[in-house]
Amino acid sequence: MKLQVHSWPDSYGDRAKPRMGFFTDTSICIGCKACEVACKEWNHVPMANEGFTGHSFDNSVHLGADRWRHVAFVEQQVPAGVQDGASLVQAAEREAAIDAGVQTYQEGDGLRWLMASDVCKHCTDAACLEVCPTGALFRTEYGTVVVQSDICNGCGYCVSACPFGVLEKREEDGRAWKCTLCYDRLSVGAEPACAKACPTDSIQFGPLDELRARADERLASMHAAGVSDARLYGRDPDDGVGGDGAFFLLLDEPEVYGLPPDPVDTTRDLPSMWRHAAVAAATLLAGIAATYAGRGGERR
Amino acid sequence: MSSSDVTRSGLRGVRPEREAVTGVYAGRPGRAPGDQPAVDTGVGTSYYGLPILNQVTWETRDIGGYLYLGGLAGASSVLAAGAELTGRPALARATKVTALGAVGVSLVALVHDLGRPARFLHMLRVLKPSSPMSVGTWLLSAYGPVAGVAAATDVIRVLPRTGRTATLAAAVLGPAVASYTAVLISDTAVPAWHDAYREMPFLFVGSGATAAAGLGMLAAPVDEAGPARRTALLGAVLEVGAGWLLQRRLGMVAEPYEQGRSGRLVRAGEVGTAVGALTAQALGVAGGRRARLASALCGAGLMASSALTRFGVFLAGKASAADPRYTVEPQRRRLAERS
Repeated sequence: MKLQVHSWPDSYGDRAKPRMGFFTDTSICIGCKACEVACKEWNHVPMANEGFTGHSFDNSVHLGADRWRHVAFVEQQVPAGVQDGASLVQAAEREAAIDAGVQTYQEGDGLRWLMASDVCKHCTDAACLEVCPTGALFRTEYGTVVVQSDICNGCGYCVSACPFGVLEKREEDGRAWKCTLCYDRLSVGAEPACAKACPTDSIQFGPLDELRARADERLASMHAAGVSDARLYGRDPDDGVGGDGAFFLLLDEPEVYGLPPDPVDTTRDLPSMWRHAAVAAATLLAGIAATYAGRGGERR
Repeated sequence: MSSSDVTRSGLRGVRPEREAVTGVYAGRPGRAPGDQPAVDTGVGTSYYGLPILNQVTWETRDIGGYLYLGGLAGASSVLAAGAELTGRPALARATKVTALGAVGVSLVALVHDLGRPARFLHMLRVLKPSSPMSVGTWLLSAYGPVAGVAAATDVIRVLPRTGRTATLAAAVLGPAVASYTAVLISDTAVPAWHDAYREMPFLFVGSGATAAAGLGMLAAPVDEAGPARRTALLGAVLEVGAGWLLQRRLGMVAEPYEQGRSGRLVRAGEVGTAVGALTAQALGVAGGRRARLASALCGAGLMASSALTRFGVFLAGKASAADPRYTVEPQRRRLAERS
């Protein structure tokens, strides 16, 4: 048994829309941060000054209340030409393809750049939504997860429940904030600001079914080209959070990008937690009762 | 992109755009040995070693304190009912008043911890079994007034039958108040809390029992405090036993319960609880003129030990959220086992 309150799309009846999401293909991200800027401008997200971090070109550090899109910059030293086990013939073919004008962001001397625009995953099984005690977090008709800022009382439970570290409390405001997948833009048929601004289509927006099909094709073509490190993250509807509404194509392990390798919706274990707590409560009641009965009602 | 030309033989110079394949410049000269990039390469367990989770927003004083006070209140209500039914008026009154005081301060702490305290009533818009905080809010909404009536009728000496009913009702709700807080913190992505969800309720009711027992020994005369002394033993067995099981089962995720500031608090709580509970048993046998003072000191020690345990557990959770190893390594192992 799962303890869940949401029942999208049933709860919307005829008004339910196809589930919308993002497919962020990090292999063609150029690290321009247009998504971060567009998101801030459209959603009036306040400035978050982290100072100079020294982490490559990343000075916004992590998703949070004031960073709903975050571009990660990873610099890796990898052996040129053999990092994905290519044979010399394959490597030569690849070089020919590069000379023919195929874009690449990789430098030639073994320094590999990984850039990735992170965002709220809009999980199928969203722990933040389940634990929210006020109902401020809800699932929209598009299957996305949104905080209603006029309801949120800043209890902070969603912050601790999110396995990705997406939600955060805005200090000066007291409430929790995160990506809304531009709920307002969706309602008038526009795509989210970040996807609109992305110059390389690294951020692709659309119905989740279509995005998944497109991602599968893309992964197959990457593997066919010898990029065996390429993998989809959050694509699988059977993973710990029931699949992400916003999923990714990555070129290395998820944790390299600051993503958890196998996130799990914490509320999956909640029925078992309640059972353990019930047994513990009964133990306390019976145990203390026994301390009175222990000596046949005799005082002391 | 508009860099392509249309020719008789088709398009020329078309850029692959989002079909572009990331590649490697095979055969290019490599970096000279020792010529490392001047920047952190970001390779390791996590992105620049940064935490994966966002840190728990709950203040240690407010919510760590609430975990303690909730346990103290809940277990006190059970002690109070027993004391009332077995004719121990001083013990009954002390535990009832404590339960009311503790739940009252708890409510203040809980509201104070909200980002928008004025909106605390938004908690009562919904009742969600999927949200331990929602369930807990409703539980406290029922328990608070009942504990209040139980304490008030005893102190003012009115409405004895109403008081008796309220006392018994508080004793039924009390254990739920003492144990649900374990679910509250376990139902998070915080590794040291979530992974401990099996033992945490037993650790928490044990710690609550220890605190209430300490209060009973502190506030009630020695000849009424027998059940409190035995409750101290019950609490210590549950608290220390559950803590021991938890630390064994969790593997590396248990490190924050053993190391650092949180580890020191947990260890101090365990030792204090064990020593206090054993001392309490000795006091029950000894008696004598100084027994009242010794009982009070032992009780205070038990209450303090319970608090150390709670703050230790709370800070262990924060420590486990702050270090990406506790998020990444167990998940990695899980993936490896699955494949």
